[in-house]
Amino acid sequence: MVKVKLYIGASSPAMTSEMKTGDWGTEWAFVDEEKCIGCGQCVTFCPEPCIELVEKEGRKVAVIDHDYCKGCWMCYTVCPVDAIRMETKEIYKLEVC
Amino acid sequence: MSLFGPGHGACPGCGFPIAVREALDALDGKVIAVNATGCLEIVSSMYGRNTWGVPYIHSIFENSAAVAAGIEVALKALKRENEAHVVVFAGDGATFDIGIGTLSGMMDRNHNVIYICYDNEAYQNTGNQQSMATPMGAATTTTPVGKNMPGKMGRKKDMVEIAVAHGIPYAASASIAYPKDFNRKVKRASEIKGSKYIQVHCPCVTGWGIDGKLTVEVAKLAVETGLYPLVEYENGKLVRVRKLKKRKSVEEYLKIQRRFRHLFKHPMGKDVLEELQRIADENARKYGLDA
Amino acid sequence: MIKVVRGFYAIAEAVRLSRPNVIAAYPITPQTEIVENLAEMYANGELGDAEYVTAESEFGAASMILGASAAGARAFTATSSQGLLLMTEVLYNAAGMRLPIVLVVANRAVSAPLSIWNDIQDSISIRDAGIIQLYVESNQEAHDMIPLAFKVAENKDVLLPFMICVDGFKLTHAYEPVDLLDQETVDKFLPPYNPVVKLDVNNPVAMGCYAPPPYYMEFRAAMEFAMDRARDVMLKEFEEWYKLTKRNWGGHVVADYCEDAEIVVVTMGSIVSLIRGVINQMRKDGMKVGLLKIRTYRPFPSDEVRDALKNADKVIVIDRALSIGAEPPLSADVKSAVLGNDLEFHSVIAGLGGRDVPRELVEKIIRDVAEGRAKPGKRFEGLNEFEEVIP
Repeated sequence: MVKVKLYIGASSPAMTSEMKTGDWGTEWAFVDEEKCIGCGQCVTFCPEPCIELVEKEGRKVAVIDHDYCKGCWMCYTVCPVDAIRMETKEIYKLEVC
Repeated sequence: MSLFGPGHGACPGCGFPIAVREALDALDGKVIAVNATGCLEIVSSMYGRNTWGVPYIHSIFENSAAVAAGIEVALKALKRENEAHVVVFAGDGATFDIGIGTLSGMMDRNHNVIYICYDNEAYQNTGNQQSMATPMGAATTTTPVGKNMPGKMGRKKDMVEIAVAHGIPYAASASIAYPKDFNRKVKRASEIKGSKYIQVHCPCVTGWGIDGKLTVEVAKLAVETGLYPLVEYENGKLVRVRKLKKRKSVEEYLKIQRRFRHLFKHPMGKDVLEELQRIADENARKYGLDA
Repeated sequence: MIKVVRGFYAIAEAVRLSRPNVIAAYPITPQTEIVENLAEMYANGELGDAEYVTAESEFGAASMILGASAAGARAFTATSSQGLLLMTEVLYNAAGMRLPIVLVVANRAVSAPLSIWNDIQDSISIRDAGIIQLYVESNQEAHDMIPLAFKVAENKDVLLPFMICVDGFKLTHAYEPVDLLDQETVDKFLPPYNPVVKLDVNNPVAMGCYAPPPYYMEFRAAMEFAMDRARDVMLKEFEEWYKLTKRNWGGHVVADYCEDAEIVVVTMGSIVSLIRGVINQMRKDGMKVGLLKIRTYRPFPSDEVRDALKNADKVIVIDRALSIGAEPPLSADVKSAVLGNDLEFHSVIAGLGGRDVPRELVEKIIRDVAEGRAKPGKRFEGLNEFEEVIP
């Protein structure tokens, strides 16, 4: 059996990145990189945070990390140019017979 | 490495992670964080799943102000006071109710601490029970709506004014709908020595009964109706308020939240609605909100 | 240097010599004079770089030393009675967080009815918190045990809070000759505090995390094991102390005449001195009585107690606290230590809320047992006859 590591007095440094909260929701946010103006509103408001501005072809665009995106719609509501769309995950697109 | 998250367990659309990240960014991560028991603590500090990129301590529910005071005093005694800002993150239950004694002590002694109350207006960690920060008329599990009761009966305690009355050098209210404003307030607080109190309005999707996508909009409406005025005090003087070009009616804020929905059909609802509008008007007069 | 001083001064002076970084204070009778003395030292610049801070309650005082300790400071506070009960939630937390804070409890009865007078119900009530508890007999012992408390608490094999229990008024306010320590001696014994973990921006850790079921039980068990390790650490430090000061306080217990005693009286705190006097006299009169002084109450010295009582026929445990509805606390612990021994067991409750325990009463308690007049079991001594009037 693996021994439990017990740090007396304190927990080790930040480790939540191992918790992939991206599987919580039924939806994920996607960025339309054509429309994105790289303003960073979504980055500010993302509660996780799981959005970064990344340099692509000479301009900054928002990139969403679906490992952590809970599909909360926050970025969708604050985007000034409607560059974010929400999509239901494949596994939730069930056909009901 | 992010200073807070990702991977924490807050509900989708939760307001306070925005405030926590904004505060840590404003202080460049030069922070020792003290956290009261509550939602934030539960979603961020499981053993082995710590979310914080800054030194963090959680003791119990009602003592975070005293723990912060002890840390501040220790840093002074150990000649480490320039190492970091001591910052408390506590919910409204921990601040307005159970922890007000230690908070009052901390402010009275004017410890060099930034106290940030994330105000989601009820005990949301235990499932939406009323606190003294719950606004009048809100339905909670301990102030449910029934024949004789239209939600919470009393009004929201004015904690910012209580902080100001302690004679501390800085007190302000903020909202996650205005992160830049909150960021600036935290920065301003960090420049001042002594106790600083910042209360930041953070919607709770489950407790307030709002769609996650409405978090920012609801927070904005609280400000725009005058129910949650954004004010700033330095040395007891009101130095800044967020002016409202066209103050909206409180109904616009209330009608999109499940916790207030009953007010529009309950026999006592009309009186509560009038009282809430009166409170908003009073805020507008008191702080000169109308531009 | 031997001086005639009052207990609270002897305690405050030993705290000063232990070079604390943070002292939090809140007044309560009969502890107040300890923090008053420290305040005076602070005001006169005698506490070095230490910070002295007044709290808004004992709850706040305990919370402040918890925070200070987490930040890497050596931290101290003192309290009594209701104050200790108010601190309880924080103290359980500090123990669980493995913070080596030190506190002195000036023992006092617990309300209701309100009583400022002495018994040990207050500290006894938090015996399960994971805090080392040591009960002293004299102000010299209280004075000596303070540097030792810091050293044991801060030992990385221990890392638990340490509480020194001193009888309120009876010791704290009594004048006694005390051989006061000097800084050199204390510095030789007690190194500067070097925390194993602290709140530090250069090495961020999270303290006070919540533990889900896969971890919680291990954390609590670790406290139990640390308390067990504290037994040996304490014995080693008692020995060191003796070597350094030539004052021998014994180990976890002090057994007088127990090898051949038929009756052994077991108790702790200031009452020990009185009982020792009685027993010394009885020995001269040819009675086979012994005395077992419990110094360390947590961790409870079961082995030492069993060993000391192995030849006894009758045991009298004198408790100055109750566990209402059950065996009195010390009595229960002693009983569990000697489980299986064929002993006549007397659980005597005396001296609650400042009720005097005169020499004659102690003599009577022992003689009643020696001469077979007392029925074994639980009983109050020094209790006035009363009738409950329920209106």
